Amino acid sequence: MTTAAQPFTQPASAGRASDIHVSRRQMMQTVLVYALLFSGGILLMVPFYWMLSTSLKTLAEVQTWPIVWIPSQFIWSNYPAVFQKTPFARYILNSLTIATGGIIGTLVGSSLAGFGFARMRFPGRNFLFFLNLTTLMLPAWVVIVPHFMMFSYVGWLDTYLPFIVPAFFGNAYHIFLFRQWFMGIPRELEDAARIDGCSTFRIYSQIFMPLSKPVIATVSIFAFFSYWNDLIYPLVYLQSQLKFPVSLGLRMFQTANAGVVDMPKMMAASMMALLPCVILFFFAQRLFVQGVVMTGVEK
Amino acid sequence: MALKFQMPKSKLARREAIEGYFFILPWILGFLLFRFGPMLYSLFLSFTDYAARGAPKLVGFENYVYMFTRDPRLLDSLRSTFAFVVGYLPLNLSIGLAIALLMNQHVRGIFIFRSIYYLPAVTSGVAVAILWQFVFHKQWGILNAILAVFGVQSIGWLVDPAWVMVAFVIMSIWGVGGSMIIYLAGLQSIPTELYESAAIDGANSIRKFWFITLPMLTPTIFFVLITGLIGAFQIFESAYIMTGGGPNYATYFFGLNIYFTAFQSLRFAYASTLAWMLFAIIAALTIFVFSTSRRWVYYAGAHEDA
Repeated sequence: MTTAAQPFTQPASAGRASDIHVSRRQMMQTVLVYALLFSGGILLMVPFYWMLSTSLKTLAEVQTWPIVWIPSQFIWSNYPAVFQKTPFARYILNSLTIATGGIIGTLVGSSLAGFGFARMRFPGRNFLFFLNLTTLMLPAWVVIVPHFMMFSYVGWLDTYLPFIVPAFFGNAYHIFLFRQWFMGIPRELEDAARIDGCSTFRIYSQIFMPLSKPVIATVSIFAFFSYWNDLIYPLVYLQSQLKFPVSLGLRMFQTANAGVVDMPKMMAASMMALLPCVILFFFAQRLFVQGVVMTGVEK
Repeated sequence: MALKFQMPKSKLARREAIEGYFFILPWILGFLLFRFGPMLYSLFLSFTDYAARGAPKLVGFENYVYMFTRDPRLLDSLRSTFAFVVGYLPLNLSIGLAIALLMNQHVRGIFIFRSIYYLPAVTSGVAVAILWQFVFHKQWGILNAILAVFGVQSIGWLVDPAWVMVAFVIMSIWGVGGSMIIYLAGLQSIPTELYESAAIDGANSIRKFWFITLPMLTPTIFFVLITGLIGAFQIFESAYIMTGGGPNYATYFFGLNIYFTAFQSLRFAYASTLAWMLFAIIAALTIFVFSTSRRWVYYAGAHEDA
């Protein structure tokens, strides 16, 4: 069922030479579809537009009624100002550090377990895999206090270790993605390598992993998004401001400005926090969709 | 699900089994260390008196008794969380499906629209919450500005207890593209022959939707429902950033309650009690939905157990 999952590749079939006499009804339907698509799309984009336009306004222009749709003057300096008011560059670097460590960890841990669940036969395999899936249902809130106590006990608070080390033990969802992918790799490849005397670990590392670039990319992107956007864990584990990732840095900016509400600069900062995700999304849309769809259709 | 943990007899198979365990060893350790262990420990904590200092002292059901009888905030959390779930889930399910049907039309440029509709779903976190806080701003927000065009008086979206839940549902529905994509995949996996033979039988599009699309889509609806349910009950970030639980505890969702209890009041034991309460609610509802699934989820061919 995985092959059915490519919603972005459907060619538009409208306008073929053969259907010259498009009926009035069909025309009407197409017009209606476009009307709905456009109005919905505009509605969804309004918040993004509001973010962009606010980030280029003066404070006075923000605080006026009726609202100003297009800034009379683009205040680009709101953007560099963010870097002066907060250690924003530092926040970005911190977020990248956490994300990189976490991605490497989850790739190693999740692919190992995924390989085991997909290609090795051992007693209890189905039960353990089922157990893995049930952890997806466990709310983070149930384990957050014990986690905090545990990391506090080993002295890892205010470091990035609580983010990175657990990743190496695999992530339930990413294990699932790797398993699904590995199950689709032909048995013959494995058998041929075995006859040549290849060890199982080499089959995993030198045959399966090089064949798994799409799923590696998908998992990396999902992991990047979750580390980049995560607020709860930084909130709980980090104390010194210079170690904050972007999410927590933004929150600091927000509370520090509570009295004055410097909206333009807040929106400029938010724009910059969002930008990597938006760019990544447009570059890797297909991977995204495949990852989501793999779980949704496959059951 | 085989619960037989007997090792296989043949030497080769035994070797494969041992190697297999080595591959999943990190996961097993992680499961025990970061999932199962902490889960049990937090259950234990919920029966103790522990405030981040000294050692936990067993107190039996005291925390639970307190929660059900005296905690002034439990009701706020229950009320707000359920209100959000009830407001959000049906809309997410239905609007997501409606948009997916629209996206399944073969018109030129449809893939551009798909990306546009999907984009809000992948952007989340603090930046988006801050953005929406300003969209909802009573005096200078764009939402009231748009509504004013239609003669609507300005609404205190985030400061008026009567409106704040509506605001959270609107904001969450903005990310409906997430379920849209899943629905779309479900729609595209429906065999076209079904529609063709229905057309020969003279079925109109409403009947096709009702008797082919909807039944074939029930596994997808089921999936969106379950994941939506689990996710919606854990709402935290947007409320933490936008309202901090207010006004007057109207958005004091379970997640916020647990967070504040644990990491501001440092009542670790009681926070664990609340967390288990939330877990019990989510688990009960999930199991309930699963138990109804046999009656309304249709699996074509009922293929082998995955």
